[in-house]
Amino acid sequence: MAHPYALYQAQILEHYKHPKNRGVLEPATHAGSESNPLCGDSISLTLRVDGSDRVEDVRFDGEGCAVSMASASILTEQVKGKTLAEVRALDREAVLKNLGVPLSAVREQCALLSLHVLRRALGEPKGS
Amino acid sequence: MARAAKVLLNVPAIKADFPILHRTMRDKPLTYLDSTATSQKPKQVIDAIVDYYARYNANVHRAIYELGEESTRAFEGARERIAEFLHARSPTEVAFTKSTTESLNLIAYGWGLKGKLKEGDEIVGTVMEHHSNHVPWHFVRDLKGAVLKYVDVDDDGALRMEQYDDLITKRTKVVTVAHVSNVLGTINDVKEIAKRAHEVGAICVVDAAQSVPHMPVDVQDLDCDFLAFSGHKMLGPTGIGVLYGKAKVLEETEPLLGGGEMIREVHLGTAKWNDVPYKFEGGTPNIEGAIGLGAAVDYLSKLGMESVRAHEMDLTAYALERLGKMPGLRMYGPRDARKRGGVVSFTMDKAHPHDIASILDVEGVCIRSGHHCAQPLMDRFNLAATARASFYVYNDVEDVDRLVAALEKVHEVFA
Repeated sequence: MAHPYALYQAQILEHYKHPKNRGVLEPATHAGSESNPLCGDSISLTLRVDGSDRVEDVRFDGEGCAVSMASASILTEQVKGKTLAEVRALDREAVLKNLGVPLSAVREQCALLSLHVLRRALGEPKGS
Repeated sequence: MARAAKVLLNVPAIKADFPILHRTMRDKPLTYLDSTATSQKPKQVIDAIVDYYARYNANVHRAIYELGEESTRAFEGARERIAEFLHARSPTEVAFTKSTTESLNLIAYGWGLKGKLKEGDEIVGTVMEHHSNHVPWHFVRDLKGAVLKYVDVDDDGALRMEQYDDLITKRTKVVTVAHVSNVLGTINDVKEIAKRAHEVGAICVVDAAQSVPHMPVDVQDLDCDFLAFSGHKMLGPTGIGVLYGKAKVLEETEPLLGGGEMIREVHLGTAKWNDVPYKFEGGTPNIEGAIGLGAAVDYLSKLGMESVRAHEMDLTAYALERLGKMPGLRMYGPRDARKRGGVVSFTMDKAHPHDIASILDVEGVCIRSGHHCAQPLMDRFNLAATARASFYVYNDVEDVDRLVAALEKVHEVFA
């Protein structure tokens, strides 16, 4: 059996306690925000995309549980430097895989909030 | 060492009645502290439902054969015992619905929207209501042009009663309030609020989802006009709720569902309603639900609601004392257990409520986290979410001790 607190393994706690790319990017070319109606958690993303469609920089802000905050932090690290085509290829499986721990259906929603916000910021439909 | 709660209920014997409490959760005892969301069920309730299907299942009210007589007796017998439990004047003041939510919607639509409310009429609620006692009144406002007003709470979670002085006016038609807050545990002075409503000719509507399961409730003493609650929060099954109403207001209330059961006679293009409460019970009712709720009322009556209340008050006092000593933990609601029901909402400095609940789950401790369907109240306290532990007849000081031990683990993980 996995560690009893598998969900709170070092990676998630580290990103929760010391998030990467936290804040609001100015100026930004893309922005989006959303909240999880279940728990009231909220995340906003600001991105700056350069002339060659590459994500030059990104920040996230918000309030939420360790899973949603760590997931957002990891996502910002992933998209930075990537082209929009590469960013658009990120799907829910990729996001869940990056967290590296199995999640219950309810906690998956926490983990996927930042991906929904990313899609909203890029002006895309919410579905995966 | 904190003082142990005085034994008022024989909790080991009660626990033995609940099959689910015999299971373990990841090799640990199941510590169920989410009865405010839904209660567990004793074997007496489960058996009553099985017995109905195994021995006398038949549709109620019109069958000529004996089987139908038996099911009708059991169904109406449940109504009688619920009426008695509430100290209603008559079983005809008790209508079966599917939930507290349906009962409150029936009042808002059937009494308010279809009958008694008009543009400019005022409805006085509170900021501590569950969403089910907010949203139906939003509909009434939107469709009728009624005006909504809300009484605030103080920082300890007590209703600011003095605000009723200004908020209740000659235009007030409905004053509605939760008897017990599902987040703060605050017990509201419904009797006084009903009196204030009646002074201006308004009706008093009580959301009793968190009071009827946990304390003696006497509708004649409270003198409220309507009172709503659910079966599943009081040891009964899901899908059954109750609308209590004084005969006068029930007569004024229009049914929502047209169909079988609710009619006296139907002709092409016309129908006459059945008597109260049957006119609200269109369609084949939830027979097993009513019978199960009747068995739950029997179970609680045997324990005695005074004892249930005293037990939960002691347990809450113990929990407030133990949680109060935990560093970085903040509780909401009245500090005095005599002023609150058995529900304790809290937050921790470094851990989000969802993370608290996840770690407690690993320890076999079930609590709730989130906004508890009370977002206006969360807004009032500037919170997105809280963690919430709640107690019932099958909980004891050991459950509180396990909660505290698990919270210490949360503290370690997030230190």
